[in-house]
Amino acid sequence: MVNEMTSTQDRTNIQAKTGKNIDRVDGRLKVTGEACYSAEFPLEGIAHGYIIQSTIAKGTIEAIDTSQAEQLPGVLAILTHQNAPKLNSLKTKNFGGGYPGENFLPLQDNQVHFDGQHIGIVVAETYEQARLAASSIEITYDEAEPMFDLDRALKESERYDPGERLQPSWGDIEGGLQQAAVTIEETYTTPLEHHNPMETSATTAEWHDDELTVYDSTQWVMGTRGMIARGLGLPEEKVRVISHFVGGGFGCKGLFWTHPLLVAIAARKVNRPVRLMLTRQQMFSSCGHRPRTVQRITLGADNEGKLTAIRHHTDTETSFVGDHAEPCGNITKMLYACPNVEIKHQIARINAGTPTPMRGPGETSGTYALEAALDELAVKAGIDPMEFRIINHADRHPQSDKPWSSKHLIECYRRAADAFGWQNRDPRPGSMREGDDLIGWGMATATYPGYRFPTAAKAQILANGKVIVSSATHDIGTGTYTIMTQIAADTLGLPIERVKFELGDSKLPMASVSGGSSTAASVSPAVRSACEAACFKLIEMAIGDRESPLHGYQAEEITTEAGLIFVKESPEIGETYEAVLQRHNLPLVEAEISPQDKGSRYKSIAARTKPGIVEDEGGADEFAIHSFGAHFVEVRINPRRNQVKVSRVVGAFDVGRILNQKTARSQIYGGTIFGIGMALMEETLLDPHSGRVIIHNLADYHVPIQADIPEMETIFVEYPDYHLNPLGARGIGEIATAGIAAAVANAVYHATGKRVRDLPITPDKLL
Amino acid sequence: MKHFTYERASDRTEAITQVAANPQAKFIAGGTNFMDMWKEGVETPERLIDIRKFPGEIALTDDGTLRIDASTTNSQVAYHPQVRDRYPVLSEAILAGASPQLRNMATTGGNLMQRNRCSYFHDVSYPCNKRQPNSGCPAIEGINRMHAIFGTSDRCIAAHPSDMCVALAALGAIVQTRKPDGKSRRIAFENFHLLPGDTPHIETALEHGELIEAVEIPPLPWAKRSHYLKVRDRHSYAYALVSAAVALEISGDKIVNARVAMGGVGTKPWRSPEAENALIGAKNNEESFIAAASAALEGAKPYQYNAFKIELAQSTLVQALLTVSRE
Repeated sequence: MVNEMTSTQDRTNIQAKTGKNIDRVDGRLKVTGEACYSAEFPLEGIAHGYIIQSTIAKGTIEAIDTSQAEQLPGVLAILTHQNAPKLNSLKTKNFGGGYPGENFLPLQDNQVHFDGQHIGIVVAETYEQARLAASSIEITYDEAEPMFDLDRALKESERYDPGERLQPSWGDIEGGLQQAAVTIEETYTTPLEHHNPMETSATTAEWHDDELTVYDSTQWVMGTRGMIARGLGLPEEKVRVISHFVGGGFGCKGLFWTHPLLVAIAARKVNRPVRLMLTRQQMFSSCGHRPRTVQRITLGADNEGKLTAIRHHTDTETSFVGDHAEPCGNITKMLYACPNVEIKHQIARINAGTPTPMRGPGETSGTYALEAALDELAVKAGIDPMEFRIINHADRHPQSDKPWSSKHLIECYRRAADAFGWQNRDPRPGSMREGDDLIGWGMATATYPGYRFPTAAKAQILANGKVIVSSATHDIGTGTYTIMTQIAADTLGLPIERVKFELGDSKLPMASVSGGSSTAASVSPAVRSACEAACFKLIEMAIGDRESPLHGYQAEEITTEAGLIFVKESPEIGETYEAVLQRHNLPLVEAEISPQDKGSRYKSIAARTKPGIVEDEGGADEFAIHSFGAHFVEVRINPRRNQVKVSRVVGAFDVGRILNQKTARSQIYGGTIFGIGMALMEETLLDPHSGRVIIHNLADYHVPIQADIPEMETIFVEYPDYHLNPLGARGIGEIATAGIAAAVANAVYHATGKRVRDLPITPDKLL
Repeated sequence: MKHFTYERASDRTEAITQVAANPQAKFIAGGTNFMDMWKEGVETPERLIDIRKFPGEIALTDDGTLRIDASTTNSQVAYHPQVRDRYPVLSEAILAGASPQLRNMATTGGNLMQRNRCSYFHDVSYPCNKRQPNSGCPAIEGINRMHAIFGTSDRCIAAHPSDMCVALAALGAIVQTRKPDGKSRRIAFENFHLLPGDTPHIETALEHGELIEAVEIPPLPWAKRSHYLKVRDRHSYAYALVSAAVALEISGDKIVNARVAMGGVGTKPWRSPEAENALIGAKNNEESFIAAASAALEGAKPYQYNAFKIELAQSTLVQALLTVSRE
């Protein structure tokens, strides 16, 4: 039997999948439209919601007249602060139970803190009826003068104090500047930006007696469950949150925004399931944004190009009802070796929706300014920008002096530079041309922390030979379904087709937010351990079973591969998973790894069977864990049109072990495109008189499209980082967005001799 | 999202009768511009009469005029051999606008009726003199980066958004219509779109119920040497910051004929006789183009955020002229 099962055919099938170019296991569902997103669950008797928003940025609602709207056909209910039930505060210190995007509960009073604030919800038989009714509601405001100009807010408005963590300094900054042979001091600004995922946020809520099921486009089902339960005063077990597919989030579906609470109370009010899908326009004031930053950077370097001083001061904004602060200086703590560093953040409160993490919060805005400034200093010092970075390479974490868990940044520079042809660069601005076009080459460093959050998983080995693995994590387009299927399949030595991975349901074993590029690193060890644990149970059943060929062996002598458990030294002695289960009349064997189980004896199976996998997770606290990368960019600019065309991008990334080449590349491409958008076109404008968001659709808020994006070359240097997790993987969702805007800006300078220090670099700024 | 009744008209006569009978009725063809505005509450018709399925032809008449039926799609026009061959500027202008999907739906007549992209116009929570006469114009002192620098008034400064119309302005097209009384009329392109003046809500010379039947482009053999150049915030699917439609007839080292129109700068498609006059008789060189561009932008009136359009329009014009002069 064993010999049959381990025929050549099967051996081919069970070649390790992890790291391979496996197609997305959910790809077919997505392209055929079968994948069910949060606004697509076909529930019987569903009614449709539409959010009413404030049209002032600050003030008081004097009156809301819904009488006309209530008479319109199909209208079932209109909830406003005049008739909404009381909600409970979402404030919490327990991050694991969910975290609110802002400390604001809608429909609880008549105060307006920002433009587009949710001040009511209409429920009707159809979406169109709800929307028409919403537009028929008469609202009278007592309008107050809003605070929204950042300069003015920094002088006059309330400040948000983020505490000491954002104000570190060490060494002697003035002394460092005095030692410097070259210095620069420049100010870089980034605009307000929005995430703009393809899927706008959607919630469908359905009550069964006192139990609530919510289909929500969230990056955090457990957090959303916790927040809804808290807001409604329900025990968490009465709330189930499902998020099988998310059409992109980029951060705006990570923390909890309150529209699901409105859908839940509306569904209870009309006693029917209610669906809400925010419009594109509403996305510009409902679920966060990347705030404006003004970053003043002062740098000094000695004659050899070694940095003697880095000062990074950030002015930015948050709302009156929240406390997200864009931590631009965080990267300055760790990116370059420098004895004298001063980092400050000043955060003013303004009348706007609360900012929230957006693909590389802090890292993206911060690397733009620091990496653009570094380019300026390198030019001034007469040193090649890449060599300048290598000279200032941080061999240990500059602030904590911890060793890096795994850092190969110099290799990233060299390999990307070689692939790009950097050695052929003429450093003089405007010196490289083709026809009418000026050509510019720029580069920058990318970095992002390696995060791993507590995660549980369950594995079930079924008597029919299939395996089901599950965890309440998410696939926000990143490929979680696929890579976790690969890992489970590899752990048990099974073909992909025999494994199913389930996610996005708060009934599953807990997982944390799919944010901070944490999912791959957090979930993969739990998935592997759960599979090993389930397999170990089978092994224990077999060795204790007189009818098993493995009877009497020690567990340590047994290994698994290709759906078989067998004696390592004598592979002909063994049997299939199914045989063990069938003999015991069991439909399945299952094992669940709780988030506390960092490791146990189960993992020895993998360690024995998969050479190269290190057993011990190591003490992560002893190390500084970051991913690194290098972007090289070519731009072409016709000096009369002034439109920047990114014509080539080469990046090399040190992100640990790659779990799937294909989905990994997609993440790097997506992150790079995200950053090109930031560099060249993305900007949300506020009306200078009302402070209201005036750019709120995809015709006016430009994100890159095909014509803006060239072929991209991505190199992974691939050094597994076992200090973060036993698979050696670090997350890759955000790193490519960090640094790319600076690389583009530096290339624009090289092409034109112009430093545009105010993103985005639109044609008008190159005149 | 006000409800409306919808009917597909069987022929032009019926369509005109239906719309003329109801002051709140409108024609709809591709609907690519209309549907957005309907969702936003900017357009609130009671009745829509669909004219999209009317047969649409592109044909040369005996005198060499190219007649383009109003119901032809933007894609049909852009890829039509006669258009590509005789009026490259028109083909290029259409292809510089929107996306392939939109161009497959949008029609020639509809493109002429395209309304502006002013953010305040598109958000009914703001006042707007176009939507509600005499309610005010927040754009004049608001975010006006995309707005016009020519043809503005103290009531409205919205830029005309069409690319195709800039080429039609340069080519001196004629808009042929039929009025509710059954009479046909031919409107010179420069008279078709109106300046906002005191009545920004009146955007074209059309009467209510008057239907665009065709656009005629006069024979202009030297328009083979023509070009459309658009500068925008991204490389496709973005409205023009500025654009230039140019055609040159060159004899020896002299320019003997010229057409120049600009997009993104005017409250209507902006033909520049000043630039044309500067070019005609001038030498075919960059110096002449710079002088013409300078003449073209004379009298421009910038606002707080769009002063860059003067220089950008000039350099774009020079680049467009250089490109055709090299052909």
